[in-house]
Amino acid sequence: MQGLEVRGLSKRFGGLVVSENIDFDLPPGARKALIGPNGAGKSTFANLVTGILSPSGGTIRFDGQDVAGLNEAQRVKRGIAKTFQITTLFPRLTVRENLRLPVLEREGQGTRMFRRASGNAEIEAEVTALIDQFDLGPLADRPVLDLAYGQQRLVEMALSLALKPRLLILDEPAAGVPSSETHLIIEAIERLPDDLAVLVIEHDMDLVFRVARSIVVLVQGRILTEGTPEEIANNAQVRELYLGGAHG
Amino acid sequence: MAVRFLPPLLMLLAAVAAYFLFPYNLAFLTRIVIMVVLVLSLDLVLGFAGIATLGQAAMYGAGAYAAGLFAIHVWADPVAGLVAGALAGAVLAALSGAVLMRTQGLTLIMLTIAVAQICAEIANRARGVTGGADGLRGIRPGKVLGVWEFDFIGITGYWYALAVMLLVFAVLAILGRSPFGLSLRGIHESPARMEAIGVSVYRRRLAAYTLGGGIAGIAGALTAQITQLVSLETFSFSLSAEALIMLILGGTGRLYGAVLGTVIFMAVHHVAAANDPFNWLFVIGALVLAVVFFLPAGIAHLPTSLKRLSKGGRHAGS
Repeated sequence: MQGLEVRGLSKRFGGLVVSENIDFDLPPGARKALIGPNGAGKSTFANLVTGILSPSGGTIRFDGQDVAGLNEAQRVKRGIAKTFQITTLFPRLTVRENLRLPVLEREGQGTRMFRRASGNAEIEAEVTALIDQFDLGPLADRPVLDLAYGQQRLVEMALSLALKPRLLILDEPAAGVPSSETHLIIEAIERLPDDLAVLVIEHDMDLVFRVARSIVVLVQGRILTEGTPEEIANNAQVRELYLGGAHG
Repeated sequence: MAVRFLPPLLMLLAAVAAYFLFPYNLAFLTRIVIMVVLVLSLDLVLGFAGIATLGQAAMYGAGAYAAGLFAIHVWADPVAGLVAGALAGAVLAALSGAVLMRTQGLTLIMLTIAVAQICAEIANRARGVTGGADGLRGIRPGKVLGVWEFDFIGITGYWYALAVMLLVFAVLAILGRSPFGLSLRGIHESPARMEAIGVSVYRRRLAAYTLGGGIAGIAGALTAQITQLVSLETFSFSLSAEALIMLILGGTGRLYGAVLGTVIFMAVHHVAAANDPFNWLFVIGALVLAVVFFLPAGIAHLPTSLKRLSKGGRHAGS
């Protein structure tokens, strides 16, 4: 089986159950969204998959291999990457340097001491391609801290994509982005590679309904239901619980 | 392209000019050059990798004692002594760093101070080996590269220390542009993101700390060979603290900051202490305050700050 397979996943902090018996599949090329009210355990689920948290029970398999025992850095090497909910970039480095870092590390060149970081033509070509893919060309040599927030979110996404993951978790990609710039984020998500499995965790329902082909609703650490955007939009339970009818 | 070679050329010219301008102060000039090496090591550790330390003197002292003992008991060749000093500094940094690099912030700072204090106490107690509080005496280094003998005016010492300093500077300049250097800056900016792109931040920091320890060890070895004496002061807290002030004065993470800060600090110290042996610290204090307020990125940042000012842009602090 290719892609992510989660079975019976649970996470407890002391007596507090934040994830309970979650079954979840994400094959290559999937575009799934995870929605749910605050405190439903969406971020916890993402952190369990990426290895920031270790599960209290259940299994996480990726491309047929058990990854539950691996740490974050090891799972990145296996192809699982995640963007940060709160923009976590290298603020005083330029956009180009920000993207050069993950490519160098992915290629195992990060410990080289006696050649220029910018000296590898293949790596530079890849960095430039990423910059173009996210329309960051004119900003490439500016420090990231000079960028508008929406642009920083794009760098955030590009940074994770630079790892050439096969599974990309976008943790609230549009959080804090003014609604006038949300379309930039949506377009960027639509341009992600077709064979990449994408999981979007998001509050912005416009974005979710635009990019997701399947939506999973999480409530109090359990999966309430799963379906196409249409099914979810028409699900009475979901509308009552979460959407409040706003998207009916 | 030509601009790139201007700063190193200026640095070399200044060093040569200093030799001819102050022929009776070679001992002092040599102290400055050696201090530059120590502050450069701190720039790698703190300026590049963002590892907060107030104990860089531990590796400096280890290098000094190692080079001194090596010269007395094994081989008087100065270059071999430098290697011994570098190894001692690197080994001490690797061993202590294996624990220290798991911590951060205040905890890390306190532990770095503790390591230096422990080293000082060991050197103090091991009187039979180190000479204890009397210091390690009887270091008689041989000719540099078998050609230049150390003279009592300090001519050989000055050029020898300067050559080593320039070499260390060049290595760090190359390192700073390398993928490894970029990854250290990445760790400085955001350790969490570095983990997220698949880097073991702990190991990378340990590598930087070890390397910095080796360079501090070289600085210590230079002191041992040129002054032909190693005292417990090489481990002192005030040395670590002064090195840190010099680096902040000049500006962190840019190598030239380490050079400028050290030269300015030591020159001001020298002149102020000669004019007023009791209140010279006041002058240093005022200097540091002025820099922190008006040039928070350090003196090496002055040209950039002026450029921004003339463009009417706002002053970017960090």
